Amino acid sequence: MTVEDVRNVLGARVICGEEHLKREVHTACGADMMSDVLAFVKDQCVLLTGLCNTQVIRTAQMMDVVCIVFVRGKKPDQAMTELAKECEIPLLCTGHRMFSACGMLYESGLRGGASY
Amino acid sequence: MNEKIHLSYVIPGDDFTRAGEASGEVKKKLKQMGVPPEAIRKVAISMYEGEINMVIHANGGMIDVDISTSDITIVLEDHGPGIENVALAMQAGYSTAPDKVRALGFGAGMGLPNMKKYSDELIIDTKPGYGTKVTLVVKIG
Repeated sequence: MTVEDVRNVLGARVICGEEHLKREVHTACGADMMSDVLAFVKDQCVLLTGLCNTQVIRTAQMMDVVCIVFVRGKKPDQAMTELAKECEIPLLCTGHRMFSACGMLYESGLRGGASY
Repeated sequence: MNEKIHLSYVIPGDDFTRAGEASGEVKKKLKQMGVPPEAIRKVAISMYEGEINMVIHANGGMIDVDISTSDITIVLEDHGPGIENVALAMQAGYSTAPDKVRALGFGAGMGLPNMKKYSDELIIDTKPGYGTKVTLVVKIG
């Protein structure tokens, strides 16, 4: 699956990083606790979150997250968008709630990023 | 990569939005130097957790990073409240972070466990009332 596929499945809006839509996504993680993301996420992951602050982008940067999807209609501010551009991480927004967004991606073949 | 490199950062304690800047810069630097991705990932995550801890608990501090051909050593030093019970703080899920920190996505009690998980050596030197010095070593290759 690519970032573009994620966008299409969720009907998401691309806030920044249009040029990275062809990147491959292998796994997904839905979390509002960044500490948990840091503990469990694998590479080539899309991060779905309802948390909306600069530490989401920082966490994604440290974990080499492929793209971030903000759920429940959350919108990143300018500082977050600038940081995401600098880190070359595309930001997507969807009005779907976390459970639905994760379910839609799962149904499309994407699986969890946690290590077991 | 034959040179030894030393990097030093002052971490402001009052600005949560800037927490992680130093870790981000170190990550970039290691990438430029051609350090293997697995080592970069370990440094980025463990240092970032330490940096966040400094801002949450200790009103900032200093981070020194030494990069050699064999390993990367990160020393995080603060003059915060110290850790009362290190064994307890090392337990996954234990946290003393206030609710306002949890609302920001941290304080799940995974900070120190993550630093241990993503480093090859973790030394915690702390004295309640005086501060904490955390040394992280990540081996290259």
